[in-house]
Amino acid sequence: MISPASTLTIAFRALRANKMRSSLTMLGIIIGVAAVIAMLSIGSAARQRISREINAMGSNLLIVYSGSSSSGGARMGTGTDPTISLNDVVAMRDECPSVQDVAPIHSGAAQIVYGNRNWSTGVMGTTASILHINAWEILRGRPFTPQDERYATKVCLLGLTVADELFGAIDPVGKIVRIKNVPFRVLGVLKPKGQSMTGQDQDDVVYLPITTAQRKLFGSSVQGMVRFVMVKATGLHTLEKAEQEINALMRHRHRIAPGQTDDFTVRNLTQMMQIAVTLANIMTLLLGAIASISLLVGGIGIMNIMLVSVTERTREIGIRIAVGAKIWDIRLQFIMEAMTLSLIGGLAGIVLGQAGSIALCLAAGLPVNVSASGIVLSFGFSAAVGVFFGFYPAYKASLLNPIDALRYE
Amino acid sequence: MTLPLEAETHLIDIRNVSKEYVMGENRIHALESVSLKINRGEFVSVMGPSGSGKSTLMNIIGCLDTPTDGSYLLDGQDVSRLGRDELARIRNRTIGFVFQGFNLLARTSALENVALPLLYGGIRTEELNALAHEALATVGLADRAHHHPNQLSGGQQQRVTLARAIVNHAPVILADEPTGNLDSVTGVEIMKLLVRLNRESGITIILVTHEREIAEYGRRLIVFRDGRVVSDGEISQ
Repeated sequence: MISPASTLTIAFRALRANKMRSSLTMLGIIIGVAAVIAMLSIGSAARQRISREINAMGSNLLIVYSGSSSSGGARMGTGTDPTISLNDVVAMRDECPSVQDVAPIHSGAAQIVYGNRNWSTGVMGTTASILHINAWEILRGRPFTPQDERYATKVCLLGLTVADELFGAIDPVGKIVRIKNVPFRVLGVLKPKGQSMTGQDQDDVVYLPITTAQRKLFGSSVQGMVRFVMVKATGLHTLEKAEQEINALMRHRHRIAPGQTDDFTVRNLTQMMQIAVTLANIMTLLLGAIASISLLVGGIGIMNIMLVSVTERTREIGIRIAVGAKIWDIRLQFIMEAMTLSLIGGLAGIVLGQAGSIALCLAAGLPVNVSASGIVLSFGFSAAVGVFFGFYPAYKASLLNPIDALRYE
Repeated sequence: MTLPLEAETHLIDIRNVSKEYVMGENRIHALESVSLKINRGEFVSVMGPSGSGKSTLMNIIGCLDTPTDGSYLLDGQDVSRLGRDELARIRNRTIGFVFQGFNLLARTSALENVALPLLYGGIRTEELNALAHEALATVGLADRAHHHPNQLSGGQQQRVTLARAIVNHAPVILADEPTGNLDSVTGVEIMKLLVRLNRESGITIILVTHEREIAEYGRRLIVFRDGRVVSDGEISQ
């Protein structure tokens, strides 16, 4: 058997002999691979973007509601009978390994006043961890601190809608607003978040330390209780585990005997995200499939040219067989030629596709990412295209009758 | 009882070889039960009109084709039923081909053309280059090693072919109309080279030609007609 290095030399010589034809054939592979690379990285950029937006809505989230109160047979809905204490909240964070963070929430509606302007909005007493859980950031100013929570300081954070309605062009940070006639100092303004999936304006909100809300604004039928708790699990896959852990913990802490109804409810917010990610995956698959078709067409181009090449070089093949080339010597020669075409095309396609996808992502404002697996996949795939589409011509060449081949004009 | 001496093993021993082709509805009998023995070191000229079966016989002797019937012993080994790759190996080691149309690889230097049989014989690069240079020197083309076929004259190209035929020290050269594409002066040069290789290196030469004068460079003449040997005898020098 002839050495691979010699086979490669022969392949390069044959390809150089027909530069124009070789480069046009490569172009087919270049376009195919570039399309696959571009589609895969744009697809994964889109998926990242979707997860980031869903993350921004708050991902891996559970909500634990307090129990419902009933008054004369009429049940009042979840959270109306605050059964969850701040200690329960701390326990959830500290004792459930699948829970990353918690934020208790005690909320109500209130009129908020600055100067001669006023606005009715949702007021949420919570802890600073809500910003982390909701993936929310401060636009100006600063968040409240554990000290604020401990001493029930009268400070607040404004959603952008509230800030705009009350202050217009004025910077609200440091100003005093009145909520239910209690003066609060504005610590900061939250970054805009837009509408939620159910159409609510998420920026129409005021955040206060939970202790302040409990003691100075809404009071609580039972001191220190909260209506509901936002819980962030450590990851998507630990969500269910976190739910079980919280259930077990709460039943234990509230001494609920087996068979007795829970005095709390756990809800899961993540289905939406899973659907969106599935959609993005389907999109990527679809785009990749379309791009693969162009790679397939490129491969057929290689096969076509290799078939022409085998016919043109019938005499050469005859000479090689006559002087002792074996079946696989000839096959490897042509497969190597096809692979050289497809691999060089593949490399150029990877560079082009990557450059193209970076440009497109920048233009579309998507996160730029270089998909290493896409590169490895495309390289492997173009090698496979070379072998696959090179095999038939090589097979044909290897079975030529040397007598006829030597006589071929 | 005597053991057969080596001289009794013929280099080429063709026994009752027939070759049939099917062309559409017709069966063509290219060779009809031909028997032929050629010894080591002979210079045999083969003549005969087109379609007489001489090319078919050359293809069988050259292991490019196998007989339909009969057997062919090459250097004592029956090669008439071997597979494609085994025949390739035997061609590579035993037979050097010289064709009318030169059949050199284009865009490939004389040296690489000469080295081609060695390449497929699995010879390492250093040894391969040395042997190819040696073969080129034998045919007087040492200074043309890096010329491509299109930079060489017809006579020079045919000498490259000869170098390719002898590079692996094959015991047999099959020359099919080696002077057919050459002018008479160059043709004579090639024939003299073949005679020299036959005399000095003891290479067995089987030459196919149309021309009586060319055939007379050999020492034995075989004439073919209608798939049979019609005469086989020494050429008076």
